[in-house]
Amino acid sequence: MLKDIFRKQRRYATIPSPDAKREIPEGIMQKCPRCGTISYAKELEKNLKVCKSCGYHFSLSAPERIAVTVDEGRFFEYDADLRSLDPLEFPDYKSKIQKDMEKTNLKEAVVTGEGTLGGYPAVIGVMDSRFRMGSMGSVVGEKIARAVEQAVTKRYPLILFSASGGARMQEGVLSLMQMAKTSAALERLHRERVLFVSVLTNPTTGGVSASFSSLGDINIAEPGALIGFAGRRVIEQTVRQKLPDDFQTAEFLLKHGQLDMVVPRTELRQTLIKILELHSNGGNVDGKRPSAL
Amino acid sequence: MGEMSMANGHLPFEKPIVELRQKIVELKKFTKEKQIDLSEEIATLEAKAERLEKEIYGNLTPWQRVQIARHASRPTTLDYIQHIFTDFMELHGDRLYGDDPAIVGGIAKLDGMPVTVIGHERGKDTKDKIARNFGMPHPEGYRKALRLMQQANKFDRPIICFIDTQGAHPGIEAEQRGQSEAIARNLREMAGFTVPIVCVVTGEGGSGGALAIGVGNRLLMLEHAYYSVITPEGAAAILWRDASEAQQAAEALRITAQDLLKLGVVDRVIPEPKGGAHRDPETQAAWIKEALLETLNPLMEMDGPSLVKDRHQKYARIGVFAGGD
Ligand SMILES: [Zn+2]
Repeated sequence: MLKDIFRKQRRYATIPSPDAKREIPEGIMQKCPRCGTISYAKELEKNLKVCKSCGYHFSLSAPERIAVTVDEGRFFEYDADLRSLDPLEFPDYKSKIQKDMEKTNLKEAVVTGEGTLGGYPAVIGVMDSRFRMGSMGSVVGEKIARAVEQAVTKRYPLILFSASGGARMQEGVLSLMQMAKTSAALERLHRERVLFVSVLTNPTTGGVSASFSSLGDINIAEPGALIGFAGRRVIEQTVRQKLPDDFQTAEFLLKHGQLDMVVPRTELRQTLIKILELHSNGGNVDGKRPSAL
Repeated sequence: MGEMSMANGHLPFEKPIVELRQKIVELKKFTKEKQIDLSEEIATLEAKAERLEKEIYGNLTPWQRVQIARHASRPTTLDYIQHIFTDFMELHGDRLYGDDPAIVGGIAKLDGMPVTVIGHERGKDTKDKIARNFGMPHPEGYRKALRLMQQANKFDRPIICFIDTQGAHPGIEAEQRGQSEAIARNLREMAGFTVPIVCVVTGEGGSGGALAIGVGNRLLMLEHAYYSVITPEGAAAILWRDASEAQQAAEALRITAQDLLKLGVVDRVIPEPKGGAHRDPETQAAWIKEALLETLNPLMEMDGPSLVKDRHQKYARIGVFAGGD
């Protein structure tokens, strides 16, 4: 039966990710950039890197995000070998990529794969803003498009966590075209009626905001996340007027109808599990109405 | 925005040609007035002028092309619509918020065949340019374009898009009304239409604001048009903290039609009259029409699912990386 599709797949074998739990914050203490409260790094981590005093959401790396999102040890990475080249021979690009690879221990600005949340399987993509500001070049676009293909083939819901400054300048128009590539892939997912949940985290701007991350069946953002198309400075120069204090925050977007909800990180996993559950029992996952029990 | 055009719409790098041509005109006038035969000298100078033109126009730098693409007299979408199509009927509004004059669209006939045509419109004189926000759309512009494309899809009309914008408008209201969502939705929806879509970059291809009406089965580009993820000035400001390095950035970004052909993004480069489209808009329009018909005809033979597949494959192929075999 269709309604059993997820239950069956809960038993599928997963390979624990070696990266999932390795990352530990460097210092012992960490200071909140918003309220100045100093917390033990370990305690902060226990609270999913959310400041206990003011609710400020620190950035999560891709491995950290995966660790706090999927069921323990249940993540199987896709396309880990894709690496950027330097198609335009752009000044300093190669060395910047090299440096970010060393700094992050990642190959590129997105990690994709499949895992389970509360037992429900899903295809997951997580961007890492430490790698070239999470910008989308050929590799990021390709990995996301391939993840979408996996979701289509397996009929697993897709969850993408964006954290990106936009399209990657150093790959020029090839980066721009990744917006079309990822959105075209999502067109197929949309046509096949497979669920896509977009989680917009700080920051999601430019070409990523204007492509896949705005195309979720459900769009969720973390509190305070910067989300927008144009950069603040460019807008200020163009309109020559003061911008609202909450301009381009998750809360601003919610108010203007651009998001379904703003969910604190501490509740995000449960929210995602609930969404998966709501779409699991026949739902529209196969384009059919839920059959009577 | 770069160097200003000189009088008569000549660009700074055209100065040697203009001066030489001027000299020839004066010499001719002189021979007539004084009844002196200088035909040999004139012929030499004319040959020199032709060589000079060949040299300058044949070796344009990316930055010089950008200047041509931004030329104040460069034909706009409405010029091309007038010259290429018949029976153009402009349609207005997104049915949600308003009618954005930075994008024009409607139904017209191309060689007798009904098509939907959509494009950025920069405007002509100052007043028109301001009214059209210099061709920089708000979300309602993209949503109007989407509505017209959905209409075309419903009635099985091919879609032709003319791309010519510095970019989507960066502003408070544009963000409030979902500039990102409007662009993103167009990218997704364009990928799924079951009619042929042909896009032509006629002037400036300014990033996401250009791409938002640019997901086609084929992408054509005028010889001096440019298409970039960021303006050369913007890239220069980031890279060298100095917008005046735009010339260098224009080279590094590989934004010319010739570059895009090599990168596999553009399918065909449409030549321009010597000096640029503004020197002879009618000839330019005729050349675009010829290219459109040649591109569209084979696409008309394909059924809906094949067209969708073709479009998906076009974008799936774009990108350069290592691994993943
Ligand atoms: Zn705090």
